[in-house]
Amino acid sequence: MNKERRVRILVAKPGLDGHDRGARIIARTYRDAGFEVVYSGLHQTPEEVVQAAIQEDVDMIGLSSLAGAHMYLLPRVVELLREKNADDIVVCGGGIFPEEDIPKLKDAGVKEIFTPGTPLTEIVAWVVKNVSPRGL
Amino acid sequence: MEIAEKIKTGDIRAVARLIRDIDDNISDAREVLKDLYSSTGNAYVIGVTGAPGVGKSTLVDQMVNHLRKAGKTVGVLAVDPTSPFSGGAILGDRVRMQRHSMDEGVFIRSMATRGSFGGLTQSTRSAIDVLDAMGKDYVIVETVGVGQDEVDIVRSSDTTLIVLIPGMGDDVQALKAGILEVGDIFLINKSDREGVDKTVSDIRLMIEMDEKRYKDGWKPPILTAQAVFDKGIKELLDEIEKHRLHLSSNKGMVSTLKYEKTKNDLYEMIKDKIVKEILNDIVNSGEFEDAIRSIIDKKIDPYTACDKIVSAKLKSNIQ
Repeated sequence: MNKERRVRILVAKPGLDGHDRGARIIARTYRDAGFEVVYSGLHQTPEEVVQAAIQEDVDMIGLSSLAGAHMYLLPRVVELLREKNADDIVVCGGGIFPEEDIPKLKDAGVKEIFTPGTPLTEIVAWVVKNVSPRGL
Repeated sequence: MEIAEKIKTGDIRAVARLIRDIDDNISDAREVLKDLYSSTGNAYVIGVTGAPGVGKSTLVDQMVNHLRKAGKTVGVLAVDPTSPFSGGAILGDRVRMQRHSMDEGVFIRSMATRGSFGGLTQSTRSAIDVLDAMGKDYVIVETVGVGQDEVDIVRSSDTTLIVLIPGMGDDVQALKAGILEVGDIFLINKSDREGVDKTVSDIRLMIEMDEKRYKDGWKPPILTAQAVFDKGIKELLDEIEKHRLHLSSNKGMVSTLKYEKTKNDLYEMIKDKIVKEILNDIVNSGEFEDAIRSIIDKKIDPYTACDKIVSAKLKSNIQ
């Protein structure tokens, strides 16, 4: 019945951080894994990210952060999703995060954090296991 | 029923989910579309097409900006290609339109072309209806690069805009038989580049040679623009408005266009349903596999095999 269901993911870069190579590589990797990726580009506010995620009806938001503002930006996205009754959308982070921040981010509702050195295949496998189209 | 009501009141989540269900081919979505049909036909649909990289997304972004300033609400459908290998896609048109994401009067949706069973045209057409029913004044459809399918989308638009850039030369020749014949307005974007005069005269020549186009009294204008600098966008929207008035001033033409659009929509819909229900049955039957082997082994020719399979299937369906 749901054969044609396809995972949709928003890849976004929140905040004032211009380093998007990681985000682009992740987007490409997801495409090659058969996911539909909406790439929304640089310099997004958490509000813009959440609005785009809702309009695009994605199953997951992948947030890339390399500039140190993750402790505000990532939890804020989770919070806004809750406010909009859209907390069925899984939030993940990728980039450079100090070890001690990772448990705090997870407590705030970020489902997983991927740091430099994580093999792309591992990330894809995580998505396949933890994200399903429309929660089905 | 309840979902249809939510759509009509402009509920963003409901609209987003319905478009997803349409794309995913969920049968419940069809029921909602049935309820929505009576609320469609109010939005003005603009199709934007042209080769990859000519600046369609940037142009759409600027058009949205101008339309919003004029107090109009806008829905945008941006189509990007699906990978034929993985089935995945990168939908990047939103990058250029991000400034509108916090604007309640704008709804932007990226769509992938998906499979080969006509999914693009059908789900895009249905998505236009959804944005129309949610009350948007304008729906702008940005297609993927140039190809056969875009001609289909053009049939769903009130005004079709063809975007080109200077110096396309041979590309323009290649387009000649397809998409260039259906343009209502031509826009040469990136007009600061060399060769803009030649491109304008190439297009003009092509239009002048195509007398059929004048019959309804609308001769496609050729405009130039630099979308990234917001140059030429106002003029473009003025021309779109002129085209809209031209269409609405001619009652006979309105009904002809409506007839053609409805005919095409229904034709495509029937084709999709037949493909889905009958072709899938055939492909999944053992008979299909047997026929492939027989054809390879030269026991039967493909023409006879095709005739046999189809007539057997049609007979069994009638019974």
